[in-house]
Amino acid sequence: MNPNSFWHKAFHLYYDGFRNMTLGRTLWLIIAIKLFIIFIVLKLLFFPDFIGQHTEKGHEAEFVASEIFKR
Amino acid sequence: MNSLLSAIDWARAQFALTAIYHWLFVPLTLGLGLIMSIMETKYYRTGDTFWRKTAQFWQRLFGINFAMGIATGIILEFEFGTNWSNYSWFVGDIFGAPLAIEGIVAFFMESTFVAVMYFGWEKVSRGFHLASTWLTWLGATISAWWILVANSWMQYPVGCEFNPDTMRNEMTSFLDVALSPFAIDKFCHTVISSWIVGAVFVVAVSGWYLLKRREAEREMSLKSLRIAAIVGLIASVLAAATGHKSAQTVAAVQPMKLAAMEALYDGGTGQGLKVIEGIEVPYALSFMATNDFNGYVPGINDILKGYTRADGTVEPSAKEKMERGRIAIDTLAAYRQAKAEGANEATLNAQLSTLNTNMPYFGYGFIKDESELVPPVAVNFWAFRVMVGFGSLFILFFAYLLFISWKQKKTLSPLPRDGESLTSFENSAQQPPSITGGVGGESFYPNWLLWLAIILVPCAYICSESGWLVAEFGRQPWTIQDMLPVGASVSDIGASAVATTFWLFLVLFTTMLAVEINIMLKQIKKGEPFPARGE
Repeated sequence: MNPNSFWHKAFHLYYDGFRNMTLGRTLWLIIAIKLFIIFIVLKLLFFPDFIGQHTEKGHEAEFVASEIFKR
Repeated sequence: MNSLLSAIDWARAQFALTAIYHWLFVPLTLGLGLIMSIMETKYYRTGDTFWRKTAQFWQRLFGINFAMGIATGIILEFEFGTNWSNYSWFVGDIFGAPLAIEGIVAFFMESTFVAVMYFGWEKVSRGFHLASTWLTWLGATISAWWILVANSWMQYPVGCEFNPDTMRNEMTSFLDVALSPFAIDKFCHTVISSWIVGAVFVVAVSGWYLLKRREAEREMSLKSLRIAAIVGLIASVLAAATGHKSAQTVAAVQPMKLAAMEALYDGGTGQGLKVIEGIEVPYALSFMATNDFNGYVPGINDILKGYTRADGTVEPSAKEKMERGRIAIDTLAAYRQAKAEGANEATLNAQLSTLNTNMPYFGYGFIKDESELVPPVAVNFWAFRVMVGFGSLFILFFAYLLFISWKQKKTLSPLPRDGESLTSFENSAQQPPSITGGVGGESFYPNWLLWLAIILVPCAYICSESGWLVAEFGRQPWTIQDMLPVGASVSDIGASAVATTFWLFLVLFTTMLAVEINIMLKQIKKGEPFPARGE
């Protein structure tokens, strides 16, 4: 790859940046743990799509109408 | 029903917890982002590496806060889909569009320019790096704009039309949604008040170095403190001005919120603003709400009974709104059933006409008792006073800080210039500057003021969060003003399920906050090894 090309420079911006991180390593580790907890643990185990669970696709309006009318 | 009520309470508590936690990170990102950009601009203009190191130091603290805040807001979206599913469906794409734009902007702008800001010091030109730093801040600010647009629509739903077939609101004007006066006022007030949080933070950290007599960070502290004081004073004054404008918008579109903020039960013209119960500033509330010292401000009882506005238009009573709301709900149900049964067009059109006439009061049809329309008065009253009280204190604090800073700059030449180190004072009759900015032990920044700066850090957060308490408690019982109350918005979900995630969040958020504070404090203690001038 041409070392003067944009893509080469952009790649090395990130590559060298990540390699030379100090505090950033700790922060990225925390971000990774946090994202795992948020997207894997919380989303999959505790936050289902309520409407999707209770009705078929295409019938959401009927479901919401029935839910709202009984309040 | 009891179970549902309980689920509402837990769902609201969980949403409040998540939003409050998320909002611990956002204001510092917006405020510190501005200040670090100003510092890097100084480096760009002067070429002095002192400013480069100063900017890098604050960017490091910005990075810690930024990393800790990432994705904390996404949990709110999970809660919409699980706990607030009726609401999520009902708002349709109006809420989704700003959030989607926010996600795209946040991802592309912030991830690109944050990388250049941290990794690009030796790889891009000074100008490009400066632009990246400003764009990082701008990206965060634009993200805030879209979130606040979504929130503002809930408080003042405009640019939409309800579709009875899909049970969703459909956007009729993107510009009306994106540029609603409520959104503009909210954005200006919220973002500007976030600058105060950033300024208080920078002053506090700088003050701590001065109190600890940290020689290596002395010059950085003094100069950072001055810049933060300028930003803080401008932001505090602007926050007061935008707050005044916000109050007028609230008075126009959410009069119940304003009445609750003031614990005003019986309104009238020439209303005074309560400082606390029993002490009031005459005519100030009327001026705050209408820009007229004799303007009419309705109280809680007036709003429930119905009242006549200054322009002669009549606001119906709560009872009438509730009746019309029930007509809207019954008509909607009848329309949907008639359509399912293949009724003729004339019947359907007649029902649609009735629905559209009463749709502005749709949400009132879910209200069982008019007392449900009154938000928690005590919370609103005190949260508003905490916000305004601290806001006023910040104006005085930054003004005094700036006065001392100006006096120091005018009276003394306390800081060594390039090519001159502090040691050059040792063999001269001239005494070196004291650690707190004065000369020969004379302290221009008194210790009490620097300690006050540190104490004001949690106060700035409390002030900022109080603003949100006013905004969100004040609009109860509505998730969407006049359209949908919380009781109709919440999913028919078990209270125990929501309670479980509430406690889970509390533990998780507390842990993450403790980790952030720990890393932040360690980094501050570590400081920035500034070489003395001339070394």
